[in-house]
Amino acid sequence: MDLVAFLAERYNYWIFIVLMMMGLYIVIARGNLIKKLIGLNVFQTSVFIYYISIGKITGGTAPIYVAGDMERWAHGAGHDAGHGEGAAHGADALPGKDPLGAGALHADETLQGDFELAGNDLSTLTGEAHGAPDTQAVHAAPSDGVNDLLAAPPLKIEDHASAVADAAHKAAEVVYSNPLPHVLILTAIVVGIATTAVGLALVVRIREAYGTIEEDELEAIDNVAEFGETHAKGAAA
Amino acid sequence: MSLLAQLPVIPIIVPLVAAPLAVLMPAEKMGGRIPYIWTTLIAWTVFAACVAIFYSVATVGPISYHLGDWAPPIGIEYRIDLANALVLTLVSGIGALVFPFSYESIRSEIDPRQINLFYAALLICMVGLLGVTITGDAFNVFVFLEISSLSTYALVAMGANKDRRALTAAFNYLVMGTIGATFFVIGLGLLYQATGTLNMADVKFQLAGDNNRMVEAGFAFIIVGMGLKAAMFPMHLWMPNAYAYAPSAVSAFIAATSTKVAVYVIIRFIYTVIGADFDFASAAFAWLIAPLAIAGMFFASIVAIFQSDVKRMLAYSSVGQIGYMLFGVSFGTEQGLAASLVHLFNHGLMKGALFMAAAAVMLRVGSHACSGYAGLAKRMPLTAAAFIIAGLSLIGVPLTVGFISKWQLLSAAFDSGRPWAGFLIVASSFLAVIYIGRVIELMVLKPAPENAPPIKEAPLSMLIPMMILVAANIYFGLNTELTVDLAERAAHALMGAGR
Repeated sequence: MDLVAFLAERYNYWIFIVLMMMGLYIVIARGNLIKKLIGLNVFQTSVFIYYISIGKITGGTAPIYVAGDMERWAHGAGHDAGHGEGAAHGADALPGKDPLGAGALHADETLQGDFELAGNDLSTLTGEAHGAPDTQAVHAAPSDGVNDLLAAPPLKIEDHASAVADAAHKAAEVVYSNPLPHVLILTAIVVGIATTAVGLALVVRIREAYGTIEEDELEAIDNVAEFGETHAKGAAA
Repeated sequence: MSLLAQLPVIPIIVPLVAAPLAVLMPAEKMGGRIPYIWTTLIAWTVFAACVAIFYSVATVGPISYHLGDWAPPIGIEYRIDLANALVLTLVSGIGALVFPFSYESIRSEIDPRQINLFYAALLICMVGLLGVTITGDAFNVFVFLEISSLSTYALVAMGANKDRRALTAAFNYLVMGTIGATFFVIGLGLLYQATGTLNMADVKFQLAGDNNRMVEAGFAFIIVGMGLKAAMFPMHLWMPNAYAYAPSAVSAFIAATSTKVAVYVIIRFIYTVIGADFDFASAAFAWLIAPLAIAGMFFASIVAIFQSDVKRMLAYSSVGQIGYMLFGVSFGTEQGLAASLVHLFNHGLMKGALFMAAAAVMLRVGSHACSGYAGLAKRMPLTAAAFIIAGLSLIGVPLTVGFISKWQLLSAAFDSGRPWAGFLIVASSFLAVIYIGRVIELMVLKPAPENAPPIKEAPLSMLIPMMILVAANIYFGLNTELTVDLAERAAHALMGAGR
């Protein structure tokens, strides 16, 4: 039973392996060039799934800003001034404002770097705070202030290092999935599309030049051209 | 931020911006000279930047450039030490010669309406190879690798204007190349899962000698994927056709650079990313890389003997030469690694010159079949001389770079207690004597066919770059200070503690 559980727990990897093998098999076994390309696509897609699944953290949410705490702490660390102003704004804006809607979008923009750090490697965070530029901080601060005031009174932060560590601690309470593999795979998807496009364009050209897209027929035509009538070589295109 | 501080990014940014501009240039005005001159100037700029980088690395030390000022390991880092400075100089140098060289050859071989697209693709291909070499970020390697591969597929397919088999060759290359690249990505994924980082030096730091099966699997995927790209025997099947049917100038460029860059990536991953002190790395050396390298050295050289097409013969010979490079790496010693790096550089010079000579013959004779080479020493004396000198260099005759490579490999073999390896290297060199000797015999001793039309020598725009490469073949064979000493220092840096 342990074995079954072991296998079942890793079902995402099994999907990846099965897809990968299917893709490779199609590439090798099929003679039709378009089918080969589709096989290649399946093969690549399996790798995308693999990457996406390694970025997932159990219980983690999408790497989109969900709570005010983290943002305030991270900002407080880098930009005391911005924070103070933000808190003031927040106080003004407190009654009747939607704390999550627009604010969340801003936060996402400004804080992506910090999310990554917090999610991945807490130890590297200390001493490497790279907050958003001041203007952005001020810009994002109002919503941040709103959330702060709802949750807890704003704190004065004197010591940067401890603040950063604290921010990391707070951020660790909200678990985010790791966005980095997703970003990587976006790049890989673009590469995959480009490859498929070039491949299909080649198939079109092959079809124009040979009149077929079956591998064995292509080979036969080339063999005739090379060994049959010697002058046919190279003249056809 | 002076411009000098931005130097490492120039070889990447400048061609990446210049290539789309080349697409916009008219193909048919002035015989397509506008994109030609534009991309040639860019290639020279890039070469100048690479030489400056090389000089700075050789005199001052490794450069670390942070893209967008994001510090590694979070940001992408361009890290240049001696090993990749050497490869950068090779790639950009070959580019700086192939671009001026290509014009006459390309105009006769591809559809004239595509000339702007051709130069844009060649520039992108070069920038991809440079990017693979320069970057210190493992995923960046994949992206640049695919940038260069995709443009190479298109470039190979452009040979269809002369011979439609270029299309199927390009398609097969695309399928194999994509499988290789995808394997590489799987390997990266496994390494990322094991370490949580993509910065090459940081991967090694995080691994800290920790061995587990995930790292082993990642290593295996990366070696297989890059082996495919490097045409490591027996994963070379895409290569002979792709080289034979691509436009001649393209063959000259990719034969001299792209497989070398893939070999460089293998070396880089073994030493900088994984670290050679793992058991499985030395097991891979002994049981995988060395036997395959030996098999490639012999098998590919024997197949080369029986080819009736010179370009295809040179392609098989390349498979064999990749074998030498990997064989040197598989010794696992500093000397072996240095010998591989020297051979990597030198082989670029030889194969570049050989394929350029083949391109000149293609232009004037109109064929790259062996029969077209009969009596060529009288008909095109300078081209024939270039072919002969580069061919002798490939064999490893003294006074040429080939001799230096072989000598380094031999002494590395003996010093690491592998006299049999030295014997194998010499034995397979004799095979090169046969296949190169066959063509030389045709050119020098055989008379030209009776009814052959009189032909001119290749145009100056082709002869000058060809002669520069041939001169480099001799110069670096006499003056070993630059290549051998630097390769030894590079190998020392790679072996010693990673950086």
